[in-house]
Amino acid sequence: MSRHRVRFSLNGAPVDVTVPAERLLVDLLRDDLRKTGTKDGCSVGVCGLCTVQVDGAPLSACLLLATQVDGTAVRTVEGLSSPLQEAFIQEGGFQCGICTSGQLMAADALLRAKPDATSAEIADWQMGNLCRCTGYYGIARAIATARSMR
Amino acid sequence: MRPFEYREPDTLDEALALLGEDTEDTLVMAGGTSLVILMKQELIRPARVIGLRRLAQLRAIDATGAVGGLRLGALATHGALARSDAVRTHAPALAATFAAVATVRIREQATIGGSLAHADPAQDPPVTLLALDGVAVAMSKDRARRIPLEGLFVDVFETSLEPDELLVRVELPPLPAGSRVTYKKFLPTTLDDYATVSVAAVVATDDAGACTHARIALGGAGPVPLRARDAERSLLGRRLDDAAVREAAALAAAATDPMSDLRGSAEYKRAMAGVWTARALREVA
Repeated sequence: MSRHRVRFSLNGAPVDVTVPAERLLVDLLRDDLRKTGTKDGCSVGVCGLCTVQVDGAPLSACLLLATQVDGTAVRTVEGLSSPLQEAFIQEGGFQCGICTSGQLMAADALLRAKPDATSAEIADWQMGNLCRCTGYYGIARAIATARSMR
Repeated sequence: MRPFEYREPDTLDEALALLGEDTEDTLVMAGGTSLVILMKQELIRPARVIGLRRLAQLRAIDATGAVGGLRLGALATHGALARSDAVRTHAPALAATFAAVATVRIREQATIGGSLAHADPAQDPPVTLLALDGVAVAMSKDRARRIPLEGLFVDVFETSLEPDELLVRVELPPLPAGSRVTYKKFLPTTLDDYATVSVAAVVATDDAGACTHARIALGGAGPVPLRARDAERSLLGRRLDDAAVREAAALAAAATDPMSDLRGSAEYKRAMAGVWTARALREVA
């Protein structure tokens, strides 16, 4: 019923779009901007597949209206360049891969906020990123490995 | 999601003016974690949504000087409150309450004001804030009023806020000297779930060990977060020994009015309210 101009930076590049009020960030990213690395899973903020960083904080893109990121810096997995990615490969941090981009964006936010995060802090932080293959040990190892690579 | 008109006021005055207009089918959005889900599921279909994200002054978290109270802006996120030195100084258990809500993503988006105005009885922060004698401050275009939290919660998802009122902050009075505070949630399935029941307890004792101040608040135990007043009264003037704890726990369980749902039957939740009240009281005794 109303349309809104939304301007933000996406992985460092400026975005300037006009969207209806009800447009979700996850749909803006995937459908309008074709950044499909961000996945849409449970759609109620529980599974973590759609984790993106907004001004550094890991958030669920399925729970944000696109208007809520106006004026912010958004990072998605397409903009990620981190030792985490090598570490996930090295440690077998993924199986089917559907949760991987969310796991990476959450873990990257943690290591930026807390480069010396303990294993317990890693487990607590990643609690909201579900792996349907239950490959949690590999994910936890990968994040711990990336931590020591920094 | 049904289309709606979205407004994003730049100032509090502008927000209150918008709320003072025809308020039918208008809803306020703070962080949006609950509102967006309810709109996606079309459980609510507002014609107009007023987003508060530009009202930066409502994010403030302040200690109220030497007396030791707190003023918590309605838009302070759970994450900001969990990290706040002022909150930790007032009561580490209050910071821990915010730190234990759902997952990091929810905590970075959800706000204290949104949590209270949403009035879901299974949420965590309202329970601890109730035990800390929290008062909501609501403003409209032409008035402001203070609402002790017990008077804010009316029913499931229902508060005493008027359609033209905005919850702008929560105030906590200084705690009695030597107060001990805890918040415990019973999570039989996963750590990011809503609690089956939860308990916040605040006690203070005199030099002889007699209880001089007691607050017991329960979450998930009725249509609203509730105070177990009979249980509180039973503790006053007594040593917090095993008999006192057991008696208070039984009275707390009797004060509950739980709903049966996926997290347990009403009978089970009532029993667990007693068990977790006892655990909370033993921790602060």
